[in-house]
Amino acid sequence: MMIPACRLADLPRGEAFRLDTDPPVSVFHTDDGEVYAIDDTCTHQDASLADGWLEGCEVECPLHASKFDLRTGAVDSPPAKLPVRTHEVVVEDGMIYVRLSTDAPNLPPCISARLAGGPA
Amino acid sequence: MRTVAVVGASLAGLSAARSLRKQGFDGRLVVIGDEPHRPYDRPPLSKEFLAGTLGEAELALETEDEDLAAEWLLGTRATGLDHTARAVRLADGREVRADGFVIATGAVARALPGSDGLAGVHTLRTLDDARALRDELARGGRLVVIGGGFIGAEVASTAYALGLDVTVVEAAATPLAGPLGATMGAVVSGLHADHGVRLLCGVGVKGLSGEHRVDAVLLEDGRSVPANIVVVGVGARPCVEWLAGSGIALDNGVKCGADGRTSLAGVVAVGDCANWYDPRAGHHRRVEHWTGARERPEAAVATLLAGGAVEPGVPRPPYFWSDQYGVRIQFAGHAGEADSVTVEAGAADDRDVLAVYRRAGRPVAVLGMNQPRLFMRVRKELAAATS
Repeated sequence: MMIPACRLADLPRGEAFRLDTDPPVSVFHTDDGEVYAIDDTCTHQDASLADGWLEGCEVECPLHASKFDLRTGAVDSPPAKLPVRTHEVVVEDGMIYVRLSTDAPNLPPCISARLAGGPA
Repeated sequence: MRTVAVVGASLAGLSAARSLRKQGFDGRLVVIGDEPHRPYDRPPLSKEFLAGTLGEAELALETEDEDLAAEWLLGTRATGLDHTARAVRLADGREVRADGFVIATGAVARALPGSDGLAGVHTLRTLDDARALRDELARGGRLVVIGGGFIGAEVASTAYALGLDVTVVEAAATPLAGPLGATMGAVVSGLHADHGVRLLCGVGVKGLSGEHRVDAVLLEDGRSVPANIVVVGVGARPCVEWLAGSGIALDNGVKCGADGRTSLAGVVAVGDCANWYDPRAGHHRRVEHWTGARERPEAAVATLLAGGAVEPGVPRPPYFWSDQYGVRIQFAGHAGEADSVTVEAGAADDRDVLAVYRRAGRPVAVLGMNQPRLFMRVRKELAAATS
């Protein structure tokens, strides 16, 4: 599914835009001008990566410092152990679109339980 | 460099081992740990693990498919470093020879003098400590936490949620005044009273009473606080006794340069045992933070592999977090440098607050309670302002 996120002009370099999908997805505009989309929730604990520390092609979770590669979703720092999903980004006529991945997301235990209908 | 020995197998040691491989070291890598466990994450020990909502498997720091091609010597303590022979001696009589050494032996919890052998008295530092305390808390009762610092506060919060009757005793007039300053220390420690946990401040502990098991904490003002479980959370001291006689410079831990180098060639130190030089402050600081244990090994390993010829980058301001009573507390910077603190969002009384610490108008630290987004914004400004 292809969903419109925001206008490229409205997303300055170094900033992120969170899409309220379920689970939420965030679009990052790097300082080098690249645009990437990944699942917004850290795979370790419920935290929004859009609030994280963006440096180069990596975002650091705002809570516990796990780092994710925006290009691959790979985690290269504890405490998170699982990668985040990446999503395809298309920029057309100045608009950023995200094609949602069909892979299963890696959500932290508390969120997985909620989505499964279990206790939060 | 053909062999590197990493002494210490917790976060700092694991981060050093990872950095070695990442930075191209393909020689023999030996990781020595005094605990029998593979590297595990400590922050949940006072929170989710203690509460029983997180199991041991989830504490593991290594990923399932990770292979550092390291030799793990676990459950054995390092007893000496012989720099001339380039060897680490182990308690079991073995010796590990290496060209390079990473000292990552961490810190141990301070105990209360005279509490040896009394059942029900705990410190919390290791997985084994946490297992023992978790089993006791599950039985309920009256808990007294000695020390209102972060570990003490997290244990109090967890035990409160488990339904125990909790009292926190703090010798200083305001808990957390050291790391947070008096004003915000009072705000954060106000969480105890918000939840009906008793906080006794400005009074020292004289001792414990009990025959075989603790039955009360005796205070210096003559009061006696009944307890069947006591947690002593009065800080930690660096594990460096084993380095005595090695010739390495020790001063509140292993004395290091801004790049992790020690006074001995081919030896670097990281994590809670390391007292790093802070070029911005112009003096050494020993910072017992998870983030420092994760981040600093990268620089120290670069120093080790380059033979000490790298220019250290400016470290980010120290950062730590704490979860208490469902409130997410984040802090970055150095409160002690501030001459003012201003609440810039939310309200202190609501425990939903962003406070910025300044010195002569320049931000030097930031505290957030349930404000992760704003907190990160100010944390980035802080790093830019101090770099």
